[in-house]
Amino acid sequence: MRASLRRIWGLVYRHLALYRRSWPRLLELMYWPVLQMLVWGFVTAYLAGVQQNTASVAAGVLLGGVLLWEVALRSQMGFAISFLEEIWSRNLGHVFVSPLRPGELVAGLVVMATLRMLVGVLPAVGLAWLLYGFGLFALGPVVVLFFAALMMMGWAVALGVTAVILRHGAGAEPLAWSVLFGLTPFACVFYPLSTLPAALQWVAQAIPAAHVFEGMRAALLQGRVDLWHLGAAFLLDALWLGLLGRVFLAQFEAARRSGALLNIGE
Amino acid sequence: MTPDAAIRAEGLTKRYGETTAVDALSFTLPRGATWGLLGGNGAGKSTTIAMLLGILVPSEGHVTVLGHDMARDRFAALARMNFSSPYVALPHRLTVAENLRVYAHLYDVPRAGARIAELAEALQLGEILNRPAGQLSAGQKTRVALAKALVNRPELLLLDEPTASLDPDTGDWVRSWLERYRAETGCAILLASHNMAEVERLCGHVLMMKRGRLVAEGSPAALVARFGRDNLEDVFLDIARDRRALGKERA
Repeated sequence: MRASLRRIWGLVYRHLALYRRSWPRLLELMYWPVLQMLVWGFVTAYLAGVQQNTASVAAGVLLGGVLLWEVALRSQMGFAISFLEEIWSRNLGHVFVSPLRPGELVAGLVVMATLRMLVGVLPAVGLAWLLYGFGLFALGPVVVLFFAALMMMGWAVALGVTAVILRHGAGAEPLAWSVLFGLTPFACVFYPLSTLPAALQWVAQAIPAAHVFEGMRAALLQGRVDLWHLGAAFLLDALWLGLLGRVFLAQFEAARRSGALLNIGE
Repeated sequence: MTPDAAIRAEGLTKRYGETTAVDALSFTLPRGATWGLLGGNGAGKSTTIAMLLGILVPSEGHVTVLGHDMARDRFAALARMNFSSPYVALPHRLTVAENLRVYAHLYDVPRAGARIAELAEALQLGEILNRPAGQLSAGQKTRVALAKALVNRPELLLLDEPTASLDPDTGDWVRSWLERYRAETGCAILLASHNMAEVERLCGHVLMMKRGRLVAEGSPAALVARFGRDNLEDVFLDIARDRRALGKERA
């Protein structure tokens, strides 16, 4: 166990050392979440001027949606981009012939995804409070559960993306940035699940984030914790993590057989 | 199983579709020995090394490294061996010390700081420990790659062209260092190289590969004598250009 933790720390240390000497990388982590929050903050400020009373509710729903969706996005990107960093530095050959197990590789990437998400999202959460008086954590401890459910969804998607990169090589890199954006319409970030056409509601029901945002709206609009949606989100997270974790491991073994690990960066 | 074997390969074969990259390769590298793995481009050396490292699964055959079956227990073997190649980089933006610390953690090396200091002294890395790996000269990069490969005090070292692109002085320094290291530690070394003088100097036994097959083996002196040549480079050229009937030479 101690040796395993040490190997995971080795991978995390490698990325921390990289960020320690690269302020543009750190800035990039915060840039997009802060920008998103500013744009949606001004939109809600504008709505507040137009619609008076209902606007404060809309502001909460929009800003809460923006900030929480960034948790999933940054977690997914943090995992996948940390993996890509190894490809870009042509270091993967050394990592894969070290005693680091695939599960430990995933654990190290999860730690990095969490750190990258916190560095990216927390400044945006702070600015939302300073500039617009929106305190995400005023929702109570349930916010931590929202964060956890969305982070797990981000890791699950990233496991799938990494599996595709293992199979198709660097040509699949753009998925690391784009894939979760494609799920945005079905994640019901800014509108209730019932807004979707009936057929698409079935798709949304399978996405953990859709349940988290239903839960967020219940907390913001009705002041209650919706345990059903929260439970559904975590159950789906567990299912997707299990499924895509198996896909990742299967693809890793397939890459060992096909020789894809030898020229993954090409 | 041979208890003294660092590597035992039996019928090692790798096929990619219709192409056979390595064809029924069998050999036993004793502990403490330095062997050369030679062959032209595309002979199957890199594929063989990849299978020995467990990063590539053989289509057929079996590898045991330091007593561990690579098909079932590769991580136990990987903790006791290491690898260096100029074609696999270390992260360029990390300093030499940070890179070595990363690998000390990945290999669960106790007292990592002391081990890095030891390697820095042995491989003359003191002045470059705090420089980013991407800013080093080819010779410095080779020494750092060697330090990475030695960080876990390996019992088996796989070296893929360790002196490629080095000037003669630096290349000689690396070869002397490897000779001394093997003598002091008893580490087994499998060396893939295109430098025949290097192989003659370092290796007690040579495996010659061509089109994925083992076509000749023996000590450098024995191969030179068997082929009736003056040096190993001429033997290599004979094999590469089919100037001899290889079936007879393997006897």
